[in-house]
Amino acid sequence: MASDKGITLRRIKDYLIKGVVILFAAVSVVPLVLILFYIFKQGVAAINWDFFTSLPKPVGEEGGGIANALLGSLMIIFVAAIIAIPFGVSIGIYLSENGERLLARNTRLVVDALQGVPSIVIGIIVYIWVVQPMGSFSALSGSIALAIMMIPIISRSTEETLKLIPHSMKEASLALGVPYYKTMLKVIVPSGLSGILSGIILSIARITGETAPLLFTAFGNPFINLNMLKPMHSLPLLIFNYSTSPYDDWHRLAWGAAFVLMSFVLLLNIITKIASRKWKVQF
Amino acid sequence: MESVAVLKSTRRLKIYEKLFSRSMMLSAVLIVVIVIAIFFTLVVTSIPSIKAIGFTFLTSSEWDPVTSKFGTVPFLYGTLLTSLLALIISTPFSIAFGLLLGEYYPKGIFSNVFKNIIELLAGIPSVIYGFWGLFVFVPFVRILEMKFGILPYGVGIFTSSVILALMIMPYSASLITQVVSMTPSNLKEAAYSLGATRFEVIKKLIIPYCKSGIFAGMLLALGRALGETMAVTMLIGNTHDIPKSLFGPGNTMASVIANEFSEATDKVYLSALIEMGALLFVVTFIINIIGKQVIKRF
Repeated sequence: MASDKGITLRRIKDYLIKGVVILFAAVSVVPLVLILFYIFKQGVAAINWDFFTSLPKPVGEEGGGIANALLGSLMIIFVAAIIAIPFGVSIGIYLSENGERLLARNTRLVVDALQGVPSIVIGIIVYIWVVQPMGSFSALSGSIALAIMMIPIISRSTEETLKLIPHSMKEASLALGVPYYKTMLKVIVPSGLSGILSGIILSIARITGETAPLLFTAFGNPFINLNMLKPMHSLPLLIFNYSTSPYDDWHRLAWGAAFVLMSFVLLLNIITKIASRKWKVQF
Repeated sequence: MESVAVLKSTRRLKIYEKLFSRSMMLSAVLIVVIVIAIFFTLVVTSIPSIKAIGFTFLTSSEWDPVTSKFGTVPFLYGTLLTSLLALIISTPFSIAFGLLLGEYYPKGIFSNVFKNIIELLAGIPSVIYGFWGLFVFVPFVRILEMKFGILPYGVGIFTSSVILALMIMPYSASLITQVVSMTPSNLKEAAYSLGATRFEVIKKLIIPYCKSGIFAGMLLALGRALGETMAVTMLIGNTHDIPKSLFGPGNTMASVIANEFSEATDKVYLSALIEMGALLFVVTFIINIIGKQVIKRF
């Protein structure tokens, strides 16, 4: 009898705990739903054709758009990707090929740590390294800051992907007399291409919304600017500036910009997901 | 003639070969050099402030750039307070997520939905959290504060901690999930065969087994929280005084840098801000290395 009571109690406890765990997990979904809901509701209301094609109007005038920030974001990210991709991928190749060497181990440690460095510190560094010597804020310095943040993500995903590729592929290629660098570039890297690509897309998704490193590098610009050596606006900077301003019209632009930014980031995330599922590297 | 051509091509091949492996190695060396250079740049550029201010940098609570007084106690306090609060708020949720996805439902639609939600939360940019917090969460907190009869700032330590918790939760949740799912199944099976319920398996086997991993997950989340800039800057209220209550406004190191860096014209002022950045860099660097090493052991 006593043991019966014991087992019932234990089972009740078991169910209770399971309920609590599910409840906690479910509760943390609520904010996500709220965030998406508000961004969507307010964002869609702010968007029209003008929103994408015109410049922000001065305070007090109706309308205006975010063309400068949109274009600026695209350019800054594009240049950042051009800097970071070759760099990150070659670090990844080096790490996967020289697993336990001293340099490889230290590189891995440093890359891991770099990933955790606060983005504002990256901003400071690029300010000291690039903005101060050049004498002015510039879009290029923003790109460099973002590139430094992309490299760890790209190199880690490249390394992880290339490690999955079986040795027999490399051996087969080398046995046919294919030189090592061609084996790497034409056999190993292409067979891991989907993984490398999804790492690259993921890194772009991560840095698209970064604001802190752009505050004192790209700085912002109320006009359209195509010169990488001049200050340039970007979506996250615009959201930050306008949301902390007291004007309703600017808040509206910020909601619209937040909607565009979120959609872009979500889209990239979804592409990464589909890509890594569909062209999974497996042997 | 032919052998000369072959010789030539093998020589060229060797050059390519060398070029390839050298450039791979060079990129690895370069990233190490960059990180070391980051550290030294931060240290060297904070020397003017270290010289001018010295140790009062960490002990004085007066921050007044006009009179060149740079005491960072309010910001240190604000940073630690928001980060620890965020950690305390987020940990039950991330452990719940870890158990749910690592133990209760490791596969299936249910876990897929939750996994995607975690990834979505992790993907939202920090400026959007701040923006949403400012326009949706702050008014809500203000109403709450009025109900309880506290000064209705809306913004402040509490508000930023909650949003911070939301931001670091996905990170520690995915790490804890990883660790929980690595509990050896033969141990679990042994426990079940002895008649243990699931809760008992979790309490007596999984939690003790994953203790260090959960700790590392929390540590890495703390590292994130310490350096988080934008959302906190938008929500904390940015005062230069030590926060008087949990609901009052405060400031963190990262948000002081974000707010004042581009206005700092004075050399010592700029250097003091960089010194704060150096402090953040060193602390997060150490936290990350420790955390990642512990996780790797699983």
